[in-house]
Amino acid sequence: MLQVGLTHFLIVSAILFSLGIYGIVTRKNAVMVLMGIELVLNSANINFIAFSKYGNFGLSGQVIALFVIILAAAEAAIALAIVLNIYKTFSNVNVDEIDHLKE
Amino acid sequence: MSESLLINICIVILFLPLLGFTTVVLLGKRIPKLYLFEVAILGIALLLSIIVAYVKLSFYNTKDIVAAFTWITMGNAPSPGAISIELGFKIDNITVLMLFVVNLISFLVHVFSIEYMRGDKLYTRYFAYLGIFTFSMLGIVLTHNLLMMYIFWELVGLSSYLLIGFWFEKKSASDAAKKAFIVNRIGDIGMFAGILILFTQYKTFTFDVIYQQIAAGNIPFGSNAWLTAAGILIFMGAVGKSAQFPLHVWLPDAMEGPTPVSALIHAATMVAAGVYLVVRIFVMLTADAMLVIAVIGAFTSLVAATIALTQNDIKKVLAYSTVSQLGYMVMSLGVGAYAFAFFHLITHAFFKACLFLGSGSVIHSMHHEQDIRNMGGLKKKMPVTYYTFLISTLAISGVPLFSGFLSKDGILAGTLAFGKLTGHWLIPIIGFTVAGLTAFYMFRLVILTFHGEPKDHHKYDHAHESPFVMAAPLVVLAALSIFIWYTPNPIGASDGWVLKNWIKTPTQVVPLETRYDFMKPSTEEAKAEVHGEVIHSVEYTETMHWAHYPAMFLSLAVAGLGILIAFMFYQWKKLNADKLAEKLKPLYNFSLNKWFLDELYDMTAIAGTLSFSSILAWFDNKIVDGIVNGSATVTRFVSRMSGWFDTFIVDGFVNFTAFFSGFVGLSFRRLQTGKVQTYIVFVIFAIIILLMFFKPF
Repeated sequence: MLQVGLTHFLIVSAILFSLGIYGIVTRKNAVMVLMGIELVLNSANINFIAFSKYGNFGLSGQVIALFVIILAAAEAAIALAIVLNIYKTFSNVNVDEIDHLKE
Repeated sequence: MSESLLINICIVILFLPLLGFTTVVLLGKRIPKLYLFEVAILGIALLLSIIVAYVKLSFYNTKDIVAAFTWITMGNAPSPGAISIELGFKIDNITVLMLFVVNLISFLVHVFSIEYMRGDKLYTRYFAYLGIFTFSMLGIVLTHNLLMMYIFWELVGLSSYLLIGFWFEKKSASDAAKKAFIVNRIGDIGMFAGILILFTQYKTFTFDVIYQQIAAGNIPFGSNAWLTAAGILIFMGAVGKSAQFPLHVWLPDAMEGPTPVSALIHAATMVAAGVYLVVRIFVMLTADAMLVIAVIGAFTSLVAATIALTQNDIKKVLAYSTVSQLGYMVMSLGVGAYAFAFFHLITHAFFKACLFLGSGSVIHSMHHEQDIRNMGGLKKKMPVTYYTFLISTLAISGVPLFSGFLSKDGILAGTLAFGKLTGHWLIPIIGFTVAGLTAFYMFRLVILTFHGEPKDHHKYDHAHESPFVMAAPLVVLAALSIFIWYTPNPIGASDGWVLKNWIKTPTQVVPLETRYDFMKPSTEEAKAEVHGEVIHSVEYTETMHWAHYPAMFLSLAVAGLGILIAFMFYQWKKLNADKLAEKLKPLYNFSLNKWFLDELYDMTAIAGTLSFSSILAWFDNKIVDGIVNGSATVTRFVSRMSGWFDTFIVDGFVNFTAFFSGFVGLSFRRLQTGKVQTYIVFVIFAIIILLMFFKPF
């Protein structure tokens, strides 16, 4: 019987991280990019929890994961506000077209 | 009267004319009668100076009263290089006599001018000028140091410029004023240099201190030559002011001024200042300096007398006569006859002022006719002018019973003694010749002006005796030309109070070896001398006694001869002057044209100055401007070079930097797409690469 261990958690986390990155890099819609960021954050959370459980670190990992969740919520709120403003200014949320910094 | 009161009165006398000047200048336009104030001020000054003279001569006869204050101090007194400059008065017998003479003549000229200048456009200003002139002259008289002397000396120069050029709208008058001023400056340069020699050595300007130092054997730069040079250089100032050859040319031209001004300037004040200066420095003159002075004086008197023979302008004759008489005084100082020189200064001041004012009276009544060939017969019309003029003429000609005889006789005796003692016989010969010439030309002037028949009837008919304010000064001055004021003995001045008690020859202070033999006192003689003051050797005193009678008879003879010839020519017409002039044409022209001295100066000094200035102008144009332009060209070239450097090297570097940065920027901007996702890809790759390099595991 296959024992579920640290390696499995890390693999899941890595897959999630890669999916998140993929979403961030490839999606045109700013909201979708934000969702990718959430995936990356959550993959990090899985890592924290896994190391908390299998490592010898006490509860630190779980506490930090809680922090990350709060942070992600705040981040999502601010980021969505930004996106809303971008939409107001440019009438779309396509990150490819919002490249005025270049000039 | 105490000494300090005396000094205070002198200060008042000095500043009264200045007060008159400022008042008249400031208020003259508003109060037209203000000239009377100026005249009154001079009257007060005259009164005060009479008091001062009386007190000084009676109570302080042998004492010099000095009052001074320190004007400028540099450094601390005992340390070397410290200088303190004093201003102050020295009041001795000569000073008070001069005070009296200057104030008297100035006052009389003021009075005379009231009528003479009436109707002039600048009537009040004229009196202001007279005031400042008198002020300057009084300053010269009162000073006890060379610096103050120099300051007032220049003030006299300035005020004489104003007065000579008073009718400045006439070109000749303004030219004459300029000439007087410039010629005087030439002499003043010498005077200034002489003063500086003394100042360099003694660090003081005060006469008495300088003389004490010289007497103590401290001579400039340790050399007698410098002492001689200092004497001659200071004398140069007198050459200019007292119109000695070769700087006498300004005086005849100065006749362009109003006639009372001529009387003031050329009788008692400005020209006397030069003689007064020599009197003041007499004790520091070496034998060499005195010889130079004597020769210049003698030559001047001869030149001027010969010129005066043929002049036809009444004032020109008097002008040259003045030059000649000044030459006499200077010569007299040069031969050591100090007292007679100063005595002659006084007597001459009176009779020459009288002559000038008399000529002014004639000119006034003849409606500004000055040519004696157009006059004649004025004796009947103007008796007062005639008789006063005659008395002064007798005085200047050296006729006994008149003041001129006394002083002139003394001077001639001095030259005779000098000739006998030193062998310079030329000087007495010139002296006697000039005495004869003077008698001749003065009587020529009198005869042509007052005797005979009138030549210009139109003007003659309008001629009239001058009013009281003009006649009164003439009478006063003529009265002062009579012997009785100076001495009870009409043929010997030495017995008189002027020479016996008032004018004392000071002791020479220069080193013994630089004096004439006859000016060396010796102790033995000092004991023998009654008055205790030994200035000359016994030999000199004896020679003077010896010279007294020959000089008197000779001078009488030449004067009589001169007067006789004048009468022969012009009164009795026994001889024909025109024919003689025709015969001696070259000589006559030589004299008429004033020895061609003006032309000579035009050709040499003036042409020289002009060509020198044109050389300087050329130098300025070509060399100085060339240097300036050259430096401008060089500067332009350098700036062009640096401009090129700036444009190509500096700007090139800057531009290259900018271009390079731009290039680099262009290359790198490709990376900056502005797309967030691209950046994220870069970041991810960068992290991956970093992880590969720094393997933490």
